[in-house]
Amino acid sequence: MAQRIDVTDVNIYYGDFRAVEGVSMTVDPKSVTAFIGPSGCGKSTFLRTLNRMHEVIPGAYVEGKVELEGVDLYGDDVDPVAVRRNIGMVFQRPNPFPTMSIKDNVLAGVKLNNRKISKSDADDLVESSLRGANLWNEVKDRLDRPGSGLSGGQQQRLCIARAIAVKPQVVLMDEPCSALDPISTLAIEDLIQELKKDYTIVIVTHNMQQAARVSDRTAFFNIAGTGKPGRLIEMNDTATIFSSPAEKATEDYVSGRFG
Amino acid sequence: MTTTDSPPAPAAPVRRRRSSGDTERGFSRTFRWIATGSGALILATLAAVALFLIVRAWPAMTASSAELADAVPRYPDDTSFLAYVGPLVFGTLLAAVLALLMATPVAMGIALFISHYAPRRLAQVLGYLVDLLAAIPSVVYGLWGIAVLAPAVGPVWLWLNEYLGWFPLFAGGASPTARVLATVSVVLAVMILPIITAVSREVFLQTPKLHEEAALALGATRWEMVRTAVLPFGQSGVISAAMLGLGRALGETMAVLMILSPGFLYSFNILQAAQQQTIAAYIALDFPEASGLAVNALIATGLALFVITLAVNMAARAIVARRKEFSGAN
Repeated sequence: MAQRIDVTDVNIYYGDFRAVEGVSMTVDPKSVTAFIGPSGCGKSTFLRTLNRMHEVIPGAYVEGKVELEGVDLYGDDVDPVAVRRNIGMVFQRPNPFPTMSIKDNVLAGVKLNNRKISKSDADDLVESSLRGANLWNEVKDRLDRPGSGLSGGQQQRLCIARAIAVKPQVVLMDEPCSALDPISTLAIEDLIQELKKDYTIVIVTHNMQQAARVSDRTAFFNIAGTGKPGRLIEMNDTATIFSSPAEKATEDYVSGRFG
Repeated sequence: MTTTDSPPAPAAPVRRRRSSGDTERGFSRTFRWIATGSGALILATLAAVALFLIVRAWPAMTASSAELADAVPRYPDDTSFLAYVGPLVFGTLLAAVLALLMATPVAMGIALFISHYAPRRLAQVLGYLVDLLAAIPSVVYGLWGIAVLAPAVGPVWLWLNEYLGWFPLFAGGASPTARVLATVSVVLAVMILPIITAVSREVFLQTPKLHEEAALALGATRWEMVRTAVLPFGQSGVISAAMLGLGRALGETMAVLMILSPGFLYSFNILQAAQQQTIAAYIALDFPEASGLAVNALIATGLALFVITLAVNMAARAIVARRKEFSGAN
């Protein structure tokens, strides 16, 4: 169920502004890859190009190749909707649909496009997805209550359950813990370790300890200055990035000398 | 954080506030009086209108049916006052509800197109056009209804009556001149379209990006995104927009007066002439010739319209208030 991503020479634009340039990397299947770097360096923007969410913004477009198991996601015959079904996403702020119950939130992706699902299958899927997101025991007695009634950390896990309910190949996480308290953050980090058994995971984080804790490989992004495009400076095994990075800028950043 | 409170001068604010005019002592106090006065004026006006209606309607509501039959033209013999107002209330509600049923789906479509489908520039132009539609005087709508719409829809009404006559609304006969409630409802629908569209558009535009992106990231098409994120969020806003439109349709006078061939029946036959009448048009039609108790009777029907419209607007308020709880602003 997990697949590899190969990115070749990607440039990302907001209208005329080139936000990210010349990124090439490989994301291994069934691993956790972390993107770190200072604010505005384009790591979230780059993450959003991996499931074609970047182009949702008016005027935004991408050049270059993003291949999922050899299939170019930006090919002419590729439907962005199909891409997003294969590559799930969890956002910075928890965003369960406020008018839906917990159960309907989990099933939201499955019910899209009028895919019919029997009641017993739906119940099984809700349970397995919520168990997968370590949320089942906390919400099993109130599946019909609104998702917005949960705590922030629970909401974020509900969003993860919603993302994995459609059985994606890859799960992208855009600073999933930045709005959460330390306990909830720990719960999500544990969950990421569980999820990587089945999914390829890419996570953007501002928290370097978090990157060091959860990821197998780390990519460091940086910008030369305001208004300049972000670049991938260095990508390597997480241990190497944090102990003996090849680039001076990476070392300065991970040791807290800037950023 | 105001820009005037700069860190180097922490003691200054107290003095500065006194010397400047923009404080609770200066213009702020004057403005408070203006604002309070405006609020009070609204209450006073409403009270004055309500009082006028009740006081002047009272003689008609307490008069015997014989007295009313003598004084009021077109007053049916041996009927109570309520039975006299009933068909008018019925006609008013029927016309307004039909207009609402036609206008709301179209307005939602336009609003969604403007908010989520159209390119930005086209959306702006469309927005202005819709607002322009609201600027057309109702007497112009009436002229348009008689001169353009009625001849155009006449054949359609005949067709509906002939082939779909089993449906209660299309039963009875169909008037060839099309000066019937169906035509009136279409004109009313066009008239309330702008307000419903404008309010719905604002509500749809306020859908949190977060929820739209959540749907898109799950692999939703644009329509599915609208269905899972935008419509649930905008639902109660659209309902209150529709209520605003209903309020306008209920009170519309000129267009109805000019188009409709009136009748005083509890009739669902909207294609037939001389079946229904609305309160507003009835008052406008008969007021110039009314005197004595007849004036009181007309004012009493006006009171009925006032009560209906008030109820509709209060319902709209209640729905808007309920909306706050699940607006998604968590």
